[in-house]
Amino acid sequence: MTELEFLQAYWWLLICVLGAALVFMLFVQGGQSMLYCKADESTRQLMVNSLGRKWELTFTTLVLFGGAFFASFPLFYSTSFGGAYWLWMLILLSFVLQSVSYEYRRKPGNIFGTKVYDGFLLFNGVAGCVLLGVAVGGLFFGGNFEVSHSNLLDTSSPVISRWAPTRGLEMIADWRCLLLGFTVFFLARTQAALYFINNLRGDAALEQRMRRGVLINGAVFAVLFVAFAVVLLTTTGKQVDATGTVVDVDYLYFNNFIEMWWWAVALVLGVVLALTGIAIGAFSQSRGGIWLSGIGSVLVVVALFAVAGYNNTCYLPSNTFPQSSLTIANSSSSLYTLRTMAYVSIGVPFVIAYIAYVWRKMNFGGLSAKEVSEDSHQY
Amino acid sequence: MNELLMTVIDWSRAQFALTAMYHWLFVPLTIGLSLVVAIMESIYVRTGDDRWKGITKFWMTLFGINFAIGVATGIILEFEFGTNWSNYSWFVGDIFGAPLAIEGIFAFFIEATFVAVMFFGWNKVSKRFHLISTWMVVIGVTLSALWILVANSWMQYPVGMEFDPGQMRNVMKDFGEVAFNGMSMNKFFHTVASTWTLAGAFVVGISCWLMWRRSNVEGARRSLKVGGWVGLAGILFTMWTGDGSAVQVAKVQPMKLAAMEGLYDGKVGQELVGFGILNTDKVPGDDLEAIHCEISIPYGLSILANHDPNTFVPGINDLLNGVALTPEGDTINTVSYSDRMAMGRTAQEALRQYGVAKEAGDTAAMAEAALTVKDNFQYFGYGYLERPEDAVPPVALTFYAFRVMVMIGGLLLALFIACIVLGKWRPMWIEHRLALIIGMMAIPLVYVCSQAGWIVAEVGRQPWVIQDLMPTCAGISAVESSSVQLTFWLFLVLFTGLLVAEVSIMARYLKRSLSNDIEKL
Repeated sequence: MTELEFLQAYWWLLICVLGAALVFMLFVQGGQSMLYCKADESTRQLMVNSLGRKWELTFTTLVLFGGAFFASFPLFYSTSFGGAYWLWMLILLSFVLQSVSYEYRRKPGNIFGTKVYDGFLLFNGVAGCVLLGVAVGGLFFGGNFEVSHSNLLDTSSPVISRWAPTRGLEMIADWRCLLLGFTVFFLARTQAALYFINNLRGDAALEQRMRRGVLINGAVFAVLFVAFAVVLLTTTGKQVDATGTVVDVDYLYFNNFIEMWWWAVALVLGVVLALTGIAIGAFSQSRGGIWLSGIGSVLVVVALFAVAGYNNTCYLPSNTFPQSSLTIANSSSSLYTLRTMAYVSIGVPFVIAYIAYVWRKMNFGGLSAKEVSEDSHQY
Repeated sequence: MNELLMTVIDWSRAQFALTAMYHWLFVPLTIGLSLVVAIMESIYVRTGDDRWKGITKFWMTLFGINFAIGVATGIILEFEFGTNWSNYSWFVGDIFGAPLAIEGIFAFFIEATFVAVMFFGWNKVSKRFHLISTWMVVIGVTLSALWILVANSWMQYPVGMEFDPGQMRNVMKDFGEVAFNGMSMNKFFHTVASTWTLAGAFVVGISCWLMWRRSNVEGARRSLKVGGWVGLAGILFTMWTGDGSAVQVAKVQPMKLAAMEGLYDGKVGQELVGFGILNTDKVPGDDLEAIHCEISIPYGLSILANHDPNTFVPGINDLLNGVALTPEGDTINTVSYSDRMAMGRTAQEALRQYGVAKEAGDTAAMAEAALTVKDNFQYFGYGYLERPEDAVPPVALTFYAFRVMVMIGGLLLALFIACIVLGKWRPMWIEHRLALIIGMMAIPLVYVCSQAGWIVAEVGRQPWVIQDLMPTCAGISAVESSSVQLTFWLFLVLFTGLLVAEVSIMARYLKRSLSNDIEKL
């Protein structure tokens, strides 16, 4: 393995981890989708303020996910974002609406009224999760695009990546991508219920409701996940063969799990941990279900991203021009940039450490309605 | 460029300009006000005076209202590089992506983590930890500015990289040069200092309004002092770094400097236009007068550009024709824009030949083509232009924006000095109705100044998305113009709605503060 190949693999691993962290942090969106579920105003207020103290971390993880992709695999950034225009614009729109809604929803003079901002939160809660899931689905099921570097020299139309006129809407219409989207959505709702159990205090009825929520959403998630796993493991994927040609390979992702068994172990371990976390949340009095479930979901997502990119797999297959498919080898930054950014990534553990420290300090003792009402800053 | 593509370019530019201008309405207040709040909280922690705690919370609430919408417009900006400028993202993604990723890792997480402590931690963490968190937010937002400005200034001064013909893109060769060259550092300090100026003016303006309404006068006086000092430090630093910017622009973007001055034919000992009405009928090469009713400062532009009154500053015609003058007045030839276009086309043709040779496996021809590309690459982008005049930025907008920026900057300097001097020796004068009106006027003025600065920087560098290497028209995505039009209008309505909501929330909050004691918040 050359240094470049090592660094490409390293940066794909970081993308896997960031993607997994983002999926975990989507509990904020999952929680937003639950605000209208039989909640009275005071309960909703408590839930919003609990989520509102974490929304920026999810938002920042999304921004970093985009930035890391840009720095390490710029051809993906160029091809997917410029091509699947409407898919990404809808995702962005939902997050823009979210970012102002917490701060503005109950402020006097907010023009649109609390219900509109809560509607924005609901939209982001549902669309943000589902569409991000659809976008990740594109890593397995591809899009309709062509990449031709020589277009750069066509002065009348110098764009190198060209996508079908559907601009990513075809991915939203692909039931397999949608299946993953709804799997992510119900995972986010399950994690949200577990987060509320972990964070909120003094509202026994809400806690009971959330434990039921863990069970119901967890069950739906499990069914959808199994369905997605069956689809994924039996699908035909694209891979670069020994001659450098992109070819169709039956059961590609199943084969990848067999050939890279450690990711299969991570997947199974993740599923077991996630289900254990869900069981703890649903059936015991423990508040710690989210940690097991969170670690489990992170392992599962890392494993899925890993089989999407490693083993010469095309992580953004082109269904119309297979030779244009993106791999971690043909879409990465240069050796110098990957090396420089690898040094930068040494700082990540410190970032995680201070986030964990502050999270612990701020979440210590949980959040109660009394504390929210006494706080000078409320959402 | 075919007509259809031009429409996409125009709408993509309009959308990016819209997003950037809205973003820059909110972000400077976030950066500057974070510093103001941190200073106020430091005074509170140092003195133990609870009135300072109330004042800190008052400004922190305004900070919070503004913060969210800056975040919202920021995410669109980052992703628009991919959605609307995908060709650009490939051509220089190897270099440009790095600062954005570093911004995410080292700046955004600091902001996101500690801003929660800042808002909700008053009763959760110790006084000291809370203060540290507030300063961490200042560091976070400032680091964020650093990396995005590194990225922006690299577009204007592309260094630390080389073109790889095999991949048809630029690759980074020296991260230190990309990140910490003179241009990027100057731009960073200039921009951050301008945010202090903006926040200073904002605090002064609001404080004057409170005094006008005879409400919370003591809190307003204290705020005015902090705002005045922050604003003064900001404007002095902005002016100092602005001078540095002018020297750098003269060196690496002389066409921008010529547009800023409406200068077509330069000379040794070039004067600076103090006042003038630009003749918008003038085009390069004609004999029309460039500026009507001109009042100029002798040698001003030569001093501004080169710190030497007896130096030549080229005008638009000089640059297009590739001529310059020595201090003695002798003509010397530089590379004309026609020659640059020829070199750009030579580089592009050689790149085409490189591809052919690569397919044929002819390594000797590949090496020869690569050498030709390298020799001509510094003007690669000119190969996309149809005529030399295409490289001239919109002169009127750049010219007037520059003047607006400088004029308001001067007024703000006077305002902040007056704030501090009168606050110390004639405090009653500050509370005079006229003084309060001037103080309140500082808010709209500073926003106009701030926007004008960015117009100079960004309009003045047109048509380049990367100076000399890629014109805007070559950086776009292959998206239908109807799609970009739709998102443009969508964002326009959305951002305008959110801006109205923000201003309305702030206004309501301020009105409510009339009946509350802000020192007891």
